[in-house]
Amino acid sequence: MGFFSRKRSATSAKERLQLVLVHDRTDLTPAQLESLKNDLIKAISNYIDIDPDAVRIELEREGREQRLVADIPLRAVTRQ
Amino acid sequence: MTAQVITVTSGKGGVGKTTAVANLATAIAMDGKKVVCIDGDIGLRNLDVILGLENRIVYDIVDVIEGRCKLKQAMIRDKHYPDLYLIPAAQTRDKNAVSPSDMIRLCNDLRGEVDFVVIDSPAGIERGFRNAIAAADRVLVVTNPEVSAVRDADRVVGILEAEEKGSPSLILNRLNPILVRNNDMLSAEDVLDLLGIHLIGVVPEDENVIIGSNRGAPVVTDVKSRAGQAFRNIAKRIQGQDVPFMELEQQGGLWGAIQRLTGRK
Ligand SMILES: Nc1ncnc2c1ncn2[C@@H]1O[C@H](COP(=O)(O)OP(=O)(O)OP(=O)(O)O)[C@@H](O)[C@H]1O
Ligand SMILES: [Mg+2]
Repeated sequence: MGFFSRKRSATSAKERLQLVLVHDRTDLTPAQLESLKNDLIKAISNYIDIDPDAVRIELEREGREQRLVADIPLRAVTRQ
Repeated sequence: MTAQVITVTSGKGGVGKTTAVANLATAIAMDGKKVVCIDGDIGLRNLDVILGLENRIVYDIVDVIEGRCKLKQAMIRDKHYPDLYLIPAAQTRDKNAVSPSDMIRLCNDLRGEVDFVVIDSPAGIERGFRNAIAAADRVLVVTNPEVSAVRDADRVVGILEAEEKGSPSLILNRLNPILVRNNDMLSAEDVLDLLGIHLIGVVPEDENVIIGSNRGAPVVTDVKSRAGQAFRNIAKRIQGQDVPFMELEQQGGLWGAIQRLTGRK
């Protein structure tokens, strides 16, 4: 982190904790989440055409509730 | 009388559990309620010295559980506050001398005798912690505004929810308002947002806590101390009173934030 862009430490603490807590609570490592995403892409691709690079999977939290949120844009189907 | 059993725990060590138990129990006794605190930290007895009762110990919790003395004989009565009692931890026994069902039985025996039972949990999430929460009607989780303490508190909250102990209340201890203002310490608002539980009080960093421990006189007995005031307020909230949060910072930013978060107006 460069000198000028240095955040105040409480902001870093909060951001880092947000990530750590989500993974602690779900017992899911970032690597496992990545592999879940790849499996999901594979499964969905059997049915519809999607852009694998555009798929986003995130763990979100609201209070003490965790939720797995997937955003999977579909490729436009050009009918012959 | 049917006592409410309150357990103070934290996950991480050294965040202020024993300090909180000593102060809350003393403050509740100062309010004229009968309270017994139990040192659940077997092998690392500490609550006795913080309360200034170390010279009065004859029997301890393991003596009660193993039937070597009557419950009343192990309850040390405070000289200044006659409504305050301590059941000390055993110092020389191993942790497995006490089980969760022993604690439930002990607390059930106390329920008819006093208004409040306050249990000091050891750090960690092992046997001693399990014992400490076994009989709890209500759990207070202590944390400091620091990454490791908050992370461990979150683990404990998760375990308590999984054990269907209900959602605990948070004591945020050792908050330094100047660091918070400079955005170099997590604020009460930040910690509450991260942990997602109910806040029962914020205790500022205060050197009088250490001075009180040195003397064996918990800081709630010091009328001028800020930490003492914060603990007295928490004690009142435990007794069901609606006490406004104190202003830890002259600017009042934190106070407003806490009021918003707790839905007080
Ligand atoms: N609000 C405060 N201001 C200043 N010092 C404090 C405050 N609260 C606690 N302390 C100090 O922090 C240290 C640890 O407190 P305490 O022994 O209560 O923690 P604990 O959680 O019971 O520790 P353990 O996990 O070892 O049982 C003590 O020296 C105590 O005096
Ligand atoms: Mg302790």
